[in-house]
Amino acid sequence: MNIWKKLVFGVALALNLAAASHAASGGIAWDKAPGKTNDLASLQHGAKLFVNYCLNCHSAAFMRFNRLKDIGLTDEQVKDNLLFATEKVGDTMKAAIDPNQAKAWFGANPPDLTLIARSRAGAGGTGADYIYTLFRTYYRDPSKPTGWNNLAFPNIGMPHPLWELQGERRPVFETRMDHGHEVQAFAGRWEQVTPGTLTPLQYDQAVGDLVNYLQWMGEPAQNKRVGIGVWVMLFLLLFTLMAWRLNAAYWKDVK
Amino acid sequence: MAEFKEISPNAPLGAKVGNWFENRFPTVFAEYRKHMSEYYAPKNFNFWYFFGSLAMLVLVIQIVTGIFLVMHYKPDAAKAFESVEYIMRDVPGGWFIRYMHSTGASAFFVVVYLHMFRGLMYGSYRKPRELVWVFGCAIFLCLMAEAFMGYLLPWGQMSYWGAQVIVNLFAAVPFIGPDLALLIRGDYVVGDATLNRFFAFHVIAVPLVLIGLVVAHLLALHDVGSNNPDGIEIKKGPKGNRWSPDAPADGVPFHPYYSVHDIMGVGVFLMVFFAIVFFAPEMGGYFLEYNNFIPADPLVTPSHIAPVWYFTPFYSMLRATTDTMVNVLCAIIAAATVLGFLKCKCSMALKVAMAVVALVAIALLKTFDAKFWGVVVMGGAVILLFFLPWLDRSPARSIRYRPDWHKWLYAVFVVWFIVLMILGIMVPGPIFGTPSLSWLTNELVAMIGTLFYFGFFLLMPWWSQLGEPKPVPDRVTFKPH
Repeated sequence: MNIWKKLVFGVALALNLAAASHAASGGIAWDKAPGKTNDLASLQHGAKLFVNYCLNCHSAAFMRFNRLKDIGLTDEQVKDNLLFATEKVGDTMKAAIDPNQAKAWFGANPPDLTLIARSRAGAGGTGADYIYTLFRTYYRDPSKPTGWNNLAFPNIGMPHPLWELQGERRPVFETRMDHGHEVQAFAGRWEQVTPGTLTPLQYDQAVGDLVNYLQWMGEPAQNKRVGIGVWVMLFLLLFTLMAWRLNAAYWKDVK
Repeated sequence: MAEFKEISPNAPLGAKVGNWFENRFPTVFAEYRKHMSEYYAPKNFNFWYFFGSLAMLVLVIQIVTGIFLVMHYKPDAAKAFESVEYIMRDVPGGWFIRYMHSTGASAFFVVVYLHMFRGLMYGSYRKPRELVWVFGCAIFLCLMAEAFMGYLLPWGQMSYWGAQVIVNLFAAVPFIGPDLALLIRGDYVVGDATLNRFFAFHVIAVPLVLIGLVVAHLLALHDVGSNNPDGIEIKKGPKGNRWSPDAPADGVPFHPYYSVHDIMGVGVFLMVFFAIVFFAPEMGGYFLEYNNFIPADPLVTPSHIAPVWYFTPFYSMLRATTDTMVNVLCAIIAAATVLGFLKCKCSMALKVAMAVVALVAIALLKTFDAKFWGVVVMGGAVILLFFLPWLDRSPARSIRYRPDWHKWLYAVFVVWFIVLMILGIMVPGPIFGTPSLSWLTNELVAMIGTLFYFGFFLLMPWWSQLGEPKPVPDRVTFKPH
C-alpha cells in the first residue's frame, strides 16, 4: 500500500466515513459561503458558470431561463449567451445528458440542482456553505473510478467539474491522537500540484459566485420576500400599537 | 317567531336597515347577542386566554391559503413536487401563500399546545366543561390527522418516508394490520393512490369534521360559560353589572371587551407569524425540513427520518416502546396487582378479578410485538387526554389554589414533554458522543419520559387529591387596567 492510499484510508477512518454514500452523512466541517444573493454581478457570473459547467449533466428542471431577468439579464442576453441548443427562453433548464448514460458513467443520475442549496442544508451550515466547501476540497485520488475524491463528500461520484479553473491540489495531512490512536487527519491546508487558469483567490471568488447563484436559484423570490417582510412588520407594529391603545380605551372602565 | 317591529320613519338609515333585516332574519341578531355582545366572559382573563382565538385565526389562515394552494397544486405523484415548485416560482405571490400555509401548520400546534396547557393549569375541563374539553381533544386529534396527511402532499423525501413509516405502523396491529395498512395506502407502497386519498382527506374530509368540532367546542363553551384563571364559577357569584342586571357581576360582554383584547393578541401573534413567513420560512429546518426539497424517491431511504417537531413527543413514546419497555410495563402491572392485593379493602372476588385482568394484560403484552404496543402507547398518549376531566379529583379547580408542589409537578410534566419532543427529533442511540455515557441512550430517556407522561395522567386520581388546597376567594382576582 503506497503512502497516498494510506493517507486516504486514514482520512476515511478518522472521519468514520468508510462507506459514505450520502454527502450530508459525513465529511469535513463546512466553510462559510459568501451568501450574497443580491449581488447582481456575482449572480450573473454564477449563472454563466452554472450554464457552462453544471447544466451539461445536471438539470435545474424547475428554473426557467427567463427568470434570470430577476438578476438583471434581458431575454436577449439570455438567448445570446446562455442558450446553446434549441431551447426557448421560457423553457426550464434541462440537462443535455442522457440519464441512462449518466448512470453508466457516474454510478448515479446527477441530481437536479434547482433546490440543491436548500436541500443540502444541515447541522453543519446552509446548503450554500456545503457546496462552497465541496468545490474547494477536490483532490486527485487514483483509487476512485473517476480519479477524483472530495473531503466534503467522500467517494463523490462527480469528477471535479472546475478542475481547469482550480488546477490540481493535494490536501495536507497530519498525525493526530484520537481516543488514544494515531490517525491521519486533514491539516486544513492544501498544496497546489498543477496550476489552474485562475489563481486560488480568483477561484474562491468564482465558486462564491456560483454558490450565490445556486442559493438564489433555490428560491428566486427570497430577496423580494425579505423586502416585503420589512414593510409588513412595520405595518403590524403600527396595527398592534393601535390595538393596544384601543384595548386600553375600552378596558379603562372595567373595575 | 319574533314580533314584527315597526320603526319610526325618522330613524337613522342604519337603524332602519338593521330593523329591516332583524324582522326578516332574527336568528342572526339573536345569535350575535348570545355569542358576542351578551356573552359574559370573566373579566380576569390573562395571557393564556389569547390562544383560543388565535387557534381560530390560524384555522382561517389555513383554510384560505389552502384554497389558493389547491388552485395550483396537482395531487399526482409525477407532478406534485413540480407543482409545489411551480407555486413557489411561477404563481404570482405563490411563495407567500405556501409559506403562510407551511408556517400556519406549525403555528397551529404552537397555539393549540399552549391552549391545551391553559386548560390543564386552570382546570378548564372540570364539571360542567367536560364536553368542551372532549371536543377540544377531538379537534387536536383531527389536527394531527390533517397535518400528517398534508405533509405528504409536497411529495418530498421526508413527506414520502414519513408517510411510509407511519402507515407501516398500522401494519403492526394484530390480525388486521397488513390489510389496514393496505387500505390506508391504497397500494403496497406509498404511491400515487396514497397521495390522492390523502389529498381528499386533507382538503375535504378532515377540514369538514374540524370545522364541525370547532362549532361544537364553541357552542358547548358558550352554554356552560368560560372558566378563568381563578377557576371560580362567575355564574354562581353575585349578579348584575353595567350591562345587564342579571348577568354575572364578574363578567364583561365578549364584544367589545374581549374582541378588542383578542385583536391586540392577533397583532402580536401576526408579528411573530409573519417574521417567520418573511425572514425564516424554513425555521432552521424545523418548519420545512431540508430533505423535503428533494423529490420523493422510493428507492433512496433518507439516513434519518424524523417527523415534524409537533409530532415528536408522541413519536418518542413510540420509539421508547422496546422489548425492555414491555418488560417494565409487565413489572409495573405485577407490582400494582400485588399492592392492590395487600392494600385494597375490597372483597376477595374483586381481588381475584384484578389478578386475572393483570395476568391477561401481561400475557397480551408478551404475546404481541413491541412495535404494536408502541403504536398503542403513541395513540394512548393522545386518547388519554380525553379522560382528563374524570382523572382530576383535586378539590381546587385552578392551579392557583392547589398545593404548591402541584405547580412543580406541572413544570416537570412540561419539561418532560419538551424533552420527549427533542428526543423525537434526534437520531436514536447514545445521546452524548463520550464512550463513558454510551449507556445513556435516547430510548432510555424517552422511556422514563413516557412512563412519567402516563404516570402523570393515570395516577392523577390519586395525587390530585393529596395536599391541602389554598382558600379559594369568592370573587375573581382582577386588577383594573
